[in-house]
Amino acid sequence: MSRVSEIMETMEYGPSVEDSSAVREWLAKNGPFGHFIGGKFTEPGATFATRDPSTGEDLAQLSQGSADDVADAVKAARKAQRGWAKLSGSERARYLYAIARHVQKRERFLSVLETLDNGKPIRESRDADIPLVARHFYHHAGWAELLETKLPGYTPLGVCGQIIPWNFPLLMLAWKIAPGLAAGNTVVLKPAEYTSLTALAFAEICQEVGLPAGVVNIVTGDGDTGAALVSADVDKIAFTGSTEVGRKIAETLAGTGRKLTLELGGKSPFIVMDDADLDAAVDGVADSIWFNQGQVCCAGSRILVAESVADRFERLLQTRMNRLRVGPPLDKSTDIGAIVDPVQKDRIMSICRAATDDGAELIGGHPASGCFIAPGYLRNIQPANPGMQQEIFGPIATLSTFRTADEAIELANNTRYGLAGSVWSESATVATDLAARIKAGVIWINSANMFDAAAPFGGYRESGFGREGGRVGMLEYLAEPTVKAVKEPAVTKPAAAPDGEAATTGVIDRTAKLYIGGAQKRPDGGASYKVPGGLAPLGNRKDIRNAVEAAAKATKWAAMGGHARAQVLYFIAENLSARATEFATRTSKAEVEAAIARAFHYAAWADKFDGANVQAKTGTLVNVIPEPYGVMGIACPNTQPLASFMSLVMPAIAMGNSVVAIAAQDDPLPVTDLYQVFDTSDLPGGVVNIITGVKDELAQTLAAHDEVAAMWYVGDQADLTRVEQAAGGNLKPVWSPTNRDWTKSDAQGEIFLRHAMQAKTIWLPYGALPAGSGGAAY
Amino acid sequence: MRRNPGTDLNTDGFADIRINTPAVERRAANLPTRRSLKKDHQAAWLLNAVRCIDLTTLAGDDTEDRVARLCAKARQPIAPELLEAVGVSGLTTGAVCVYPTMVAAAKRALGNSGVPVASVATGFPAGLMPLDLRLAEIRYAVDQGADEIDIVISRGLALRGEWSALYDEIRQMKEACGSARMKAILATGELKSLENVSKASHIAMQAGSDWIKTSTGKEGVNATLPVSLVMCRAIRDYQTQTGHKVAFKPAGGLRTAKDALNWQVLMKEELGREWLDPDLFRIGASSLLGDLERQISHHVTGRYASAHRLAIA
Repeated sequence: MSRVSEIMETMEYGPSVEDSSAVREWLAKNGPFGHFIGGKFTEPGATFATRDPSTGEDLAQLSQGSADDVADAVKAARKAQRGWAKLSGSERARYLYAIARHVQKRERFLSVLETLDNGKPIRESRDADIPLVARHFYHHAGWAELLETKLPGYTPLGVCGQIIPWNFPLLMLAWKIAPGLAAGNTVVLKPAEYTSLTALAFAEICQEVGLPAGVVNIVTGDGDTGAALVSADVDKIAFTGSTEVGRKIAETLAGTGRKLTLELGGKSPFIVMDDADLDAAVDGVADSIWFNQGQVCCAGSRILVAESVADRFERLLQTRMNRLRVGPPLDKSTDIGAIVDPVQKDRIMSICRAATDDGAELIGGHPASGCFIAPGYLRNIQPANPGMQQEIFGPIATLSTFRTADEAIELANNTRYGLAGSVWSESATVATDLAARIKAGVIWINSANMFDAAAPFGGYRESGFGREGGRVGMLEYLAEPTVKAVKEPAVTKPAAAPDGEAATTGVIDRTAKLYIGGAQKRPDGGASYKVPGGLAPLGNRKDIRNAVEAAAKATKWAAMGGHARAQVLYFIAENLSARATEFATRTSKAEVEAAIARAFHYAAWADKFDGANVQAKTGTLVNVIPEPYGVMGIACPNTQPLASFMSLVMPAIAMGNSVVAIAAQDDPLPVTDLYQVFDTSDLPGGVVNIITGVKDELAQTLAAHDEVAAMWYVGDQADLTRVEQAAGGNLKPVWSPTNRDWTKSDAQGEIFLRHAMQAKTIWLPYGALPAGSGGAAY
Repeated sequence: MRRNPGTDLNTDGFADIRINTPAVERRAANLPTRRSLKKDHQAAWLLNAVRCIDLTTLAGDDTEDRVARLCAKARQPIAPELLEAVGVSGLTTGAVCVYPTMVAAAKRALGNSGVPVASVATGFPAGLMPLDLRLAEIRYAVDQGADEIDIVISRGLALRGEWSALYDEIRQMKEACGSARMKAILATGELKSLENVSKASHIAMQAGSDWIKTSTGKEGVNATLPVSLVMCRAIRDYQTQTGHKVAFKPAGGLRTAKDALNWQVLMKEELGREWLDPDLFRIGASSLLGDLERQISHHVTGRYASAHRLAIA
């Protein structure tokens, strides 16, 4: 029987291996590699090997970047930055366009190199990674061109340090470098030590297109090199990687004033409703957790399926899973390639063991020799199981069931992460509702793992902060227009003991209290301190705890919608205006006018801070929706108590947040009196909570509270450092607006709103009829 | 010989069908990129496509001589020297497919080759003839010696959701087929929505169709991968429900060797190896064979072939 006849019996696919000779020649010619600094490759220093994880074969030697190397790179970037920023947007756009074009022209080379170094199937690097890299540079060439038109007044940050992971090496490089350069920054990028090769090939592309020396610098090395970059003299750190490392970086950068964005881990829910197209959902699983060997931070790794369809779903899932091909990454028929490194493989297997020890059942997921693990999932698994809590970062999902939509959401949100979520339902009503209720930065309706340069990507909760892609992504690489700073008066130490000095006489004594959950509360510690106008409650950590609890319950405020919130804010302005004279005697006319202006201004904004429908992919509605954080902590400056409080609290609540605010320490009574205004303005209880006392101490407790999702702090640098360190616990973003004259017009505006929301990107593919038989397009 | 006895009408079998069109299109677009065939494997898969072809002529100007030429090609679809080079013998197409009036000529031309003759019937391609005439046409074709009958369903009944009426019609057609096996053409390009396609697939299978087939080749849109994916999944679900295996036949629109590979990958990935046998998979095509033969020629000789050097149908 001939070979062909035999194959006609078995109908096997046979090998179909992509040619890697050009890449191997390049490696042989160029290795060992130095760093790319100031437009040139350095002589290799101390080196380490980078391997093909599918075979264990050494591909090349890479240099371990030292602190000196990092300093050299930062110096080169600093030197180049002014000239780069001086170029017109259009000139920078031409470079970015050229990079995009060259990536396309080197598409095959880059795909093969990526696959060799990372172990991902060639189909994925060819069809997903590299095209998205080119798309990212095209899109940001456009941003460079339009920057002055679309974001006037914004300026580059300077030098950006960027640290990227090994799961999508070149793509993550593009996500970092493209917006950085478009904005006029120069960059020092540290690729992951497992997968630095495409970054070095990219450096050659930078040379090919004639990018000015020092605009892009690449320093290779391990976590020590990364740590050196974090400590270096840069103006921003952008990090994608694990939550543990992200937390360390946040702590290191606390108080430095350097901008930080973090894109961290995830354990994203994948909800299959009973009215879903189950086959489509199974395809979605294959495109999520069985994509890139499951080494995807936003993978739908927690499958939640409606009990009524669970059996059928699981049957279909197993059939599909069994047809996936685990094999050599360069084979064009491979679905699951190699895990990036034996260390990662061990980590995956150990979490699976912990999960099965705890009672879960592992279907599939068998390890093979080398860095290979077959696709699988854990069933009979409960939320308390480590396999359902930890990010496995391998081709292993969890599968559990729910009874109702409410339970699905409860399970979906029962995680410290909040990167992404997938929702499968043929009902637009149901799907969009679930999309709104999942706490995550990216939601895919009836789809999974869709990405585009125009669609912001980034997480809620401990999945990080900041966004990559689109307008909000650009803002992360730009400095906001500066305002005139005013020094904040130092605080006086509060005294809880009576001092025998006479207060006002001849009027009935007034007792200021804390304002918590819409009610006047005595301070937990039973102490007060002397302030202008009388005694203020000396709040402590338990008062903060109570206030946060009250704020967390005020969820209906966000659900009221912009129009209803605007009405309340207008009402606040109205009632404040009625008592203007009284408040003015306690502060100043300017402060009261500013306070009224803030309520009016943010009432106007409440129903106008719109999201956007972005042009990401044809046949798909991609909506970017500004969502409130939930509970925000605000520490007001020790000055202009009424104006500063209203300038900070009004934008936060206009966006639907509830707030725990620490009033100006030395003069809080004008703020505590506001409770009467709030109570008479139909502001629901718990939306605004006011605590008085020692700002530094209260702010730290607030910043450390896990329920508080974002923190604003105005004040002293040393205190800010402590607040930022405390905020690292649950990785909440901290914004520290400049202390300014809070009665002036630059104490209000859109920038305040931007820091009071997080963008959620919702993808909704549409299409009633298959292509070729009609169908509309937005 | 495999047959689908059908079942009683069971609209519950597809009441819960949900089809997300963009997801189907993503899967269909992505399927061919997930599998690649090279060298001997590619040659084998191309030859397998040849043995699955229903080599078709359905034109107003068909004559008995024209049909005879088609049948000659069906008996020897690939030049003998090429087949010899790859060591494959006895290769024929899956069937020939003609109008009822050409069945006798086809039978004569095919002789004892074992290549079955399929005949379209039931007022092909529109099917808008009185039912008794459509049934009579089936009986005529069977009487002429047709081994397989390709019927067209009443699209109007499907579009109006009159599933029971559609079931009854197809049931009667199946009875009229007697010992001949029946393919039900859904004319998916006219059913438009993928949920319609899926429901019509279920009705056709419940009524006893041995194949479900996408198109007549005369609709504006004929076989596409998304539509085929939906039909394959209906076949899978019907098998789960009843245990009966139903075959699939895409028709119209498959013109290139690459198309033939793509559809076979679809069959293997969605239904499994068995659905690559001519008993469970046919391709309705005419010009496709020429491209397959050219690719085989290239595989054997290493030179790109010219159509004029290969025998036409």
